[in-house]
Amino acid sequence: MSHEAAQGLPEGILAHHFSSLERQNEAMRLGMWLFLATEILLFAGLFTGYAVYRFQFPLAFAECSRHLEIALGTLNTIVLITSSFTVALAIHFARTDRRRAAVICLVLTIGFALAFLGIKAVEYTAHFHERSLPGKYYAFEGVKILGAAMFFTMYFLMTGLHGVHVVAGMSVLSWLLWRTLQGRYSSRYYTGLEMGGLYWHLVDLVWIFLYPLLYLI
Amino acid sequence: MSDHAHAEHHEMPFWRKYIFSVDHKVIGIQYAVSALVFLLVGFSLMMIMRWQLAYPGQPLPILGKILGDTAMPGGVMAPEFYNQLGAMHGTIMVFMGVVPLAVGGFGNFVTPLQIGAPDMAFPRLNMISYWAFLPGGLIMLASFFVQGGAAQSGWTSYPPLSDIAPAGQTIWCFGMVLLITSSLLGSINFIVTIVQLRAKGLTYWRLPFFVHAQLVTAFLLLLAFPPLEAATVLQLMDRLAGTSFFLPSGLVVSGEQLKIAGGGNPLLWQHLFWFLAHPEVYVLILPAMGIVAEVIANNTRKPLWGYRLLVYSVVFVGFMSFVVWAHHMFMTGMGTTMSTFFQTTTMIISVPSVIILTCFIMSLYGGAIRFTTPMLFATAFLPMFAIGGLTGLPLGLTASDIYLHDTFYVIAHFHYVVAPGTLFALFAGIYYWYPKATGRKLNETLGKIHFWASFVAINFVFMPMFFQGMAGLSRRLYDPTIYAHGRGVQALNVVISWGAWGLGLAQLVFIVNFFLSLKSGARVAENPWNATTLEWATPSPPGHGNFLTEPVVYREPYEYSVPGKANDFSPQFSPEGDGPARPQPRGGA
Repeated sequence: MSHEAAQGLPEGILAHHFSSLERQNEAMRLGMWLFLATEILLFAGLFTGYAVYRFQFPLAFAECSRHLEIALGTLNTIVLITSSFTVALAIHFARTDRRRAAVICLVLTIGFALAFLGIKAVEYTAHFHERSLPGKYYAFEGVKILGAAMFFTMYFLMTGLHGVHVVAGMSVLSWLLWRTLQGRYSSRYYTGLEMGGLYWHLVDLVWIFLYPLLYLI
Repeated sequence: MSDHAHAEHHEMPFWRKYIFSVDHKVIGIQYAVSALVFLLVGFSLMMIMRWQLAYPGQPLPILGKILGDTAMPGGVMAPEFYNQLGAMHGTIMVFMGVVPLAVGGFGNFVTPLQIGAPDMAFPRLNMISYWAFLPGGLIMLASFFVQGGAAQSGWTSYPPLSDIAPAGQTIWCFGMVLLITSSLLGSINFIVTIVQLRAKGLTYWRLPFFVHAQLVTAFLLLLAFPPLEAATVLQLMDRLAGTSFFLPSGLVVSGEQLKIAGGGNPLLWQHLFWFLAHPEVYVLILPAMGIVAEVIANNTRKPLWGYRLLVYSVVFVGFMSFVVWAHHMFMTGMGTTMSTFFQTTTMIISVPSVIILTCFIMSLYGGAIRFTTPMLFATAFLPMFAIGGLTGLPLGLTASDIYLHDTFYVIAHFHYVVAPGTLFALFAGIYYWYPKATGRKLNETLGKIHFWASFVAINFVFMPMFFQGMAGLSRRLYDPTIYAHGRGVQALNVVISWGAWGLGLAQLVFIVNFFLSLKSGARVAENPWNATTLEWATPSPPGHGNFLTEPVVYREPYEYSVPGKANDFSPQFSPEGDGPARPQPRGGA
């Protein structure tokens, strides 16, 4: 890109302790990746729990899994994957200075996130009605094998924690949308947007693992 | 540096400058001072506990009345209170004392200086990490005042006991989540800072060993803490949301079957806990080794022996520390195949630890050693850590562990590593960098009294525990005389307790010295120890932005006594490698 074209476009604010913007962007990216590593390990703890109890109660886990709405789970998977695509597009548009398109893509992403939570709420409501609840509140007539309560405990904890991450991701995306509307991101600076995107991809990725573990197998 | 950045740093209000500061030096000092206070609190809990162990069932004079009737009915310690003291001593010392001092304190203060950076990569994140740590620590302490008292299931909080413990355990979990968050944010910051903000010319092979140790430590914290966070959330769910992650079916408490869903596996907690807590052991020791390396090189006036070997070893230790955790669980019946695997990895991890220690001892050889206070502490670290490390081997072997497991032998082993090991190294660090932080030196005479008194007392505390443990005395026993085999070693408990109280007195010397020297210690210039690393190129104390001119690194970190040079030290930042640019004023060295 020529320097003529770059003039007038906003660039990032350089903090005093970095020698250059590139270095600062590198640092932020590295920091984000390390943060994502901790997130993955946080979920890894829960996946370990899932593995232990699936090994301990294979029958109950298989039976309970069949009582989840595969259609809704699949729909949610599609919704999230599409939202990952739109957020990637938003970054692409921002770095090629098409701000309107970037804004539209961010709005779409937030919309998909809301749709995901809505569908999840429908599922949760059904669980509350049939009382397939975690721990000692479990009173589901459909499955009465030892370990069924444990499946729904894992289910609520994992999808719940994921849901919290979706809400956090939505807040981040909304903030990024505000910044994009203000015109903070351009071909000269888009690190903030890129990092929000990374976080959103992680939220998506965790679901990609939750979906087969809870709904399919 | 850009101009707008400079303008905003002048005339900051008090609360921005000292309370919600984003300056790594202020945050480092905040961490260090809070951690020292927490260490004192944790140590005091133990000193109270030692009364019950030395004189079981006898009323504690004066303090027994103050602590009230719930904790000490009639001045005699209640068993529940004893358990609270034990659990909170461990939690406070590890998570609120040693780690925040070693990583939050020294890491924050020294690392950016040693790599020639004006600050940490994410200053605001740094501030948030401190302000997650302090409330975490405070609510832990506050848990003593809730119904049923503080957490009392040991610092390891093993379920099912911890799942059904009184409310203090819930607060323990919340406190842990805050402390973990703080450590995670801190470790991200450290890694990014060390990778991205090194001065010009400071390649990885020119980094001081302390920075290498901090880098590995940061990775350990980063990767080990999230699973414990997950486990803590699971335990919280068990306690608050009626789940049964760690509660097995048919659990009977006080003759009554609990109304729980059941089906949980208490061992899952142990795995998740030790997956953190074993790397955590190395989080405790690696920064300490880093400090010892700096102090030894500086005071022997010769390069560190085997610098590259040290770096390779520390990285290898860091890697291996993730695959040894189940050696804490040989007694859980997890099977001989698993035990054999973890026994083997445990034996392997001892090799790099011994290499590190050997390198330090070799560094002493042939040196013109200056026995300053930091050097005394660093030298004492070597045999103390050696005792702690070598006595760990019988615990890592399944056959001998069956006998020694959960006895006072374990307490002695672990404390030799962490108390006269890590804490002595941390004291070495305090005496070594205090002049950099305050511009004044700690008093050497008081420092030497502090050292010798601590050194003698601490061995009276921990050495007898080996004998008690080998006699079969279990840890966490409220009354050590309850079993016949404990009565034979009860006399040692009296020795240990008086040793502990003596150790407490010795720390008063340090506290006095700390505050006295703040006012009247000898003033120092940039480089009072004639050291070679970058932090000594800054003014003492360094101002905002640390370095007056952007530092450039010309050589490796420990070039002491280079033949043909006028001075016996060639700082990394000196182009000629011939000592300081300015003459040293008196009061230095």
